[in-house]
Amino acid sequence: MTALPFEQALILAAILFAVGLAGVLARRNLLLILLSIEIMLNAAGLVFIAGGSRFHQPDGQVMFLFILAVAAAEVTIGLALLLRQDHCARTLDADAADKLRD
Amino acid sequence: MNLLFLFAAAVAVGTSIAAVTRNNVLHAILFLIVSFAAIAVVFSLLGAPFIAALEIITYAGAIMVLFLFAVMLLNLGGSAIERERRWQPVTAWIAPAIAGAVLLAEFVLILRPDRHPEATGAAIAPIEVGRAIFIRYTVGVELVAMLLLAALLGASRLGRRVRTTTINHQGAGHDGTSL
Repeated sequence: MTALPFEQALILAAILFAVGLAGVLARRNLLLILLSIEIMLNAAGLVFIAGGSRFHQPDGQVMFLFILAVAAAEVTIGLALLLRQDHCARTLDADAADKLRD
Repeated sequence: MNLLFLFAAAVAVGTSIAAVTRNNVLHAILFLIVSFAAIAVVFSLLGAPFIAALEIITYAGAIMVLFLFAVMLLNLGGSAIERERRWQPVTAWIAPAIAGAVLLAEFVLILRPDRHPEATGAAIAPIEVGRAIFIRYTVGVELVAMLLLAALLGASRLGRRVRTTTINHQGAGHDGTSL
């Protein structure tokens, strides 16, 4: 085993987070916005794993498990809201989401 | 090992960019599955084999299947891709790309070189993770259970069949003396 690519892993996480952020800001389709949020959450988890590996502690992996649960809960609620909007407004446009109550 | 890491990282970044920019939602989901598999390789190289397996099972498996179910329920026809192309002109990407690039540059700038690179790269066994999660983080596990229960209740509340107002009006108009 050679040296661990700790800083490279951090840079990879930063690139993935930036890609996800650009996706959230640019897309209008709610489904694609949720996908981009998944990319960002995964990048945050990658930082935890890299830190846990750097200091050789299992805590980083524990934090990733918590992030996993949060991502699952978030995507469940997000997709339920998206289906509700599609049922009510017949569109996936994020700009139309302010009429979700009707 | 380093070469393997760089290759997996390149695949992850490329497929993530492809997933974010696709017009076809189904293609985006498939690209993202490849991206998650590449990140699982990175986790495995970082000494987290348990998390690598969970990444495949939960992210690439369960969460992406959830997205696929949503796509199936949405009845997106062939017009969806055309509409997506109308919504996403190339000019819509300029400002978000600049914002992402600025954030990335800031992050790389604040990254200091690691002065004490200790002996790392050794795998952390799942048994250590299990001990940590069920001894030191028991409260966290219970909070996660509450969160998942809340998500379940919220999804079932949001997903129930909504009675549209038109049906209500028709019912009231048809029968004057409603119960």
